[in-house]
Amino acid sequence: METFSYVKAPNVEKALASADGAKFIAGGTTLVDLMKLYVETPKTLVDINLLPLDKIEKLPDGGLRIGAMVRNSDLAWSEEVKKSYPVLSEALLSGASPQLRNMATTGGNLLQRTRCMYFREPSAGTPGGYGCNKRTPGTGCAAVDGFNRMHAVLGTSDKCIATHPSDMCVAMAALEAVIHVEGPKGKRTIAFADFHKLPGETPHIENALEAGELITHVDLPKPVEGAKSTYLKLRDRASYEFALASAAVVARVEGGHIRYIRVAMGGVGTKPWRSREAEAALMGKPANEAAFKAAAQAALAKAKPQKDNAFKVELAKRCLVRSLKTATATA
Amino acid sequence: MSTTPAGIIGRPTPRIDGPLKTTGTAKYSADFHIEGMAYAVPVIASIASGKIRTLDTSAAEKMPGVLLVLHHGNIGPLYRTVPGDGDATNSEVRSAFEDDVVRHWGQYIALVVAETFEQATAAAAVVKADYEAEKPSVRESLDDYTGERKKGSHRGDFDKAFASAQVKVDQTYVTPIETHNPIEMHGSVAVWDREQLTMFETTQGVVNHRVVMAQTLGVPIENVRVVTRFLGSGFGGKLFPWPHCAMSAVAARKLGRPVKLSLTRKMMFSSVGYRPRTEQRIRLGASSDGKLVALSHDYLNNTSMLDDFDEGCAEATPYLYSVANLSVTSALVRRNLGAPMYMRGPGAVPGLYAMEAGMNELADELKMDPVKLRIVNDAEKDEDKNIPFSSRHYQECLEVGAKKFGWEKRTAGTGSMKRDGKILGWGMAGASWVATRLPCTAHVEFHSNGRVSVRSGTQDIGTGTYTTFAQVVHEKTGVPLDRIDVVLGDSSLPDGPMSGGSMVTGSVCDAIAKASTEAMKKMLALSTGIDGSPLKGAKAEELEFADGRIRKKDQAAGDPEFAEILKLARIDGLSAEGKTVPTWEDPQSKDKSLHSYGAQFVEVEWEPEIARLRVSRVVTVIDAGRIINPKAAANQIAGAVVMGVGMGLLEETVHDQRTGQPINGSMADYLMATCADSPDIDVTFLDHPDPVMGEYGARGVGEIGLAGVAAAITAAVHHATGMRVRELPVKIENLLGAKVLQA
Repeated sequence: METFSYVKAPNVEKALASADGAKFIAGGTTLVDLMKLYVETPKTLVDINLLPLDKIEKLPDGGLRIGAMVRNSDLAWSEEVKKSYPVLSEALLSGASPQLRNMATTGGNLLQRTRCMYFREPSAGTPGGYGCNKRTPGTGCAAVDGFNRMHAVLGTSDKCIATHPSDMCVAMAALEAVIHVEGPKGKRTIAFADFHKLPGETPHIENALEAGELITHVDLPKPVEGAKSTYLKLRDRASYEFALASAAVVARVEGGHIRYIRVAMGGVGTKPWRSREAEAALMGKPANEAAFKAAAQAALAKAKPQKDNAFKVELAKRCLVRSLKTATATA
Repeated sequence: MSTTPAGIIGRPTPRIDGPLKTTGTAKYSADFHIEGMAYAVPVIASIASGKIRTLDTSAAEKMPGVLLVLHHGNIGPLYRTVPGDGDATNSEVRSAFEDDVVRHWGQYIALVVAETFEQATAAAAVVKADYEAEKPSVRESLDDYTGERKKGSHRGDFDKAFASAQVKVDQTYVTPIETHNPIEMHGSVAVWDREQLTMFETTQGVVNHRVVMAQTLGVPIENVRVVTRFLGSGFGGKLFPWPHCAMSAVAARKLGRPVKLSLTRKMMFSSVGYRPRTEQRIRLGASSDGKLVALSHDYLNNTSMLDDFDEGCAEATPYLYSVANLSVTSALVRRNLGAPMYMRGPGAVPGLYAMEAGMNELADELKMDPVKLRIVNDAEKDEDKNIPFSSRHYQECLEVGAKKFGWEKRTAGTGSMKRDGKILGWGMAGASWVATRLPCTAHVEFHSNGRVSVRSGTQDIGTGTYTTFAQVVHEKTGVPLDRIDVVLGDSSLPDGPMSGGSMVTGSVCDAIAKASTEAMKKMLALSTGIDGSPLKGAKAEELEFADGRIRKKDQAAGDPEFAEILKLARIDGLSAEGKTVPTWEDPQSKDKSLHSYGAQFVEVEWEPEIARLRVSRVVTVIDAGRIINPKAAANQIAGAVVMGVGMGLLEETVHDQRTGQPINGSMADYLMATCADSPDIDVTFLDHPDPVMGEYGARGVGEIGLAGVAAAITAAVHHATGMRVRELPVKIENLLGAKVLQA
């Protein structure tokens, strides 16, 4: 770990004032881990744990405001979330371990970094090091020719194939959350779909945050009336593991036809993967297996598997079909 | 604790050291903080093959708090252990920093010692090595091997019998490199007091460790003491010393200060052993009624560049079944990897996976129940050595297991069994493990404070050895468990056995029982001879021990505590020694084939729509002689079954083919079974004492619970999915081709 200075911010203003060249630290479950590996080397850490952003509040329009400092456990077990946004509660509880969920925050999870093994290793140029354009731009991608069973099949580029690891983000993508940030230029909102960036030529740029900006809260739109939602995560072991494929679905069925549908996938994309292709294939269609399979086909049509992860394409399809069945099942 | 001595052997007994562990007061090796201690952090090679051209330690040496940077150029003399010396078994033939050649990723190239752990960690990060790197040989598969094969067990004419067999199986089974992951990482605290070295170590064998350290450091054995009060498990990875032990000892000697060295989890994947990859060809030939006529087992396992590590996959092959024609061959394949090391059930566990998977395929070929196939081929004697078994109840394990599992309800068709919208797969396999009684010396002492102590230089690796010791003393003396002090884990104690091979329980009981009996005899003699003793003048044979009191056999209570006798005699303590005769010297056991047996029955749940497979239920029946403490023993077996779930479905160390680095070397990326992966486990012990295994007839249960589990899982997977997976672990991608797509 590199030496760093540490500031504890009592409020948002002070946090923003200290942000220049610094990293905010909330739960620290990703950041401290990566600092120990020299992947993150901030000169200053601004501790935002004192910030009054730890509330979950109903909005006048029926939506829900989630403070950036709300812990994953608190969010998952919130009565309001369990009742109105079960997909989010299920996604959160499928992630990490209880200990990590007790520390990890909503804002932090939006910024969770990949578990790509090569991202976590020393850089190319040192003996035995690995290229990683995300960690050290311009050094190549060791994962392409390396062990890439866990890597992405959607949204990859020849510069990066790292999977976005978050479960929470997949649910939020399907819920069309809105991210509120505050920074040197004031406050602004970012639609969830615009928040995470595809790797393209610049895999080190992972999101739409600008220098010095702080996530203050996340708003969930009013629950869709009559819709059901679900999260399904498939993985090698039953707990404490990242998804091989996951799916978040919000659906409303009327008269046997799909009248509202939001689909997002995890474990397969370089960002939380909203599938508008699947949604287009389902909208207005009968809620049946044929439609689900067609949607799964559409969702994975552009998949580009690597040498060790071709199975993810088929697994993601099955994951999607099952989730669609669950979300559209009549009680 | 109130128990009656008469029933203590075989009674489920809570661990006497449990409260120390639940309160965090049990001191593990890294918990020893010695005044003035410095902290050592190793620097590891980031290539797998080549030479260190230059090692630049100058930046590290200037870092705050840094006291010493040790490496090939300055470590001074370290020695290899004497080849073939059974009292000094080492892990790696090469000593630490012996040369400037790198033979595997993660090999230690330097050691930084500083005032604090953080300072040492920071300085270790700036030690820079420049290498003449070569392309490492880390190819995963071993099937490029073309060299000679060593001949193993042999009888009859395999080739001829196999050629003419009516039904045949000829398949190759693969087990991957698996890494020992005890919760406690390896560590070493070295303390020199002038010429005397004390090492707080994470070892499964303090006595052997001491001899190895003396030989490695080139110091007299009487100058070395090794202490392991508690061990957070080892699974074989901590059987013998690793190079970091000598590194900490040398650093401490050079600095004249105690030094602590703790490995990181990442180092655990490269520096302290692993179960090597095995590729095993099994050929089985049988008559149409299922009688085996030919069996061959040809295996390869990888080893390191300098060590000749034979996994011994055919450990159980020559004796488990009756077959007239048998052949075993093996070879080692060198790779730029660290030295392999025994892991729970070495040889037998991967070997039985292959052989039992082959037997299951044979049963399918024969359209015969796999339980029946095994019973038909049960052996009446050890056909390899042509000697009788001491105590073998393999068939009973199979029958009891089948009954408890409900095996008769099994329908053979793929995907034919269902429950709650899931397909069920049922599979089974047999298990065995060798039994040996090692030499052991124990001391039992009555103390004037009313307590009894028992001591021996073995160790409790988390399995319940402390409690076993207390149970035996309690049974013999009647002194309650809470007045018995068990002292283990110190090489200055009388020599005790290594905690490996499931051998401790069977080895220590005789010595403790004899020492207890001898000490009691001495107490009785003292009580009849001391002035003032109420028993003065009585004959020893009229007296007995009861609850720590000495009384005349025909009388009730009211007789003196042993402590009163000691006080009258002005003696602080009275002790006696007992020794265990090893099985190879005991006329009763030396010409017997000693093994434990077991049967594993596994149920998997399979959801084909989402390719989700989980092990839901395991019934395991174990024939391991008399069970001293069913609570601790069942704990061992259940833990082994969970490890078996990992072996079957999850565990695999993956090496990057370019660098040779174990690329999934962390607890997040190397998958072991979690609690959520643990099935319902039903453990049954047959509890037949082994007549040649000494005082109680116990054989030990450390490994047998893991044997056979993986083969039973792959059989259950085949039953559920129709997919025959012959390379462990069974992964989701192996099952996507399953034909039955709906439960």
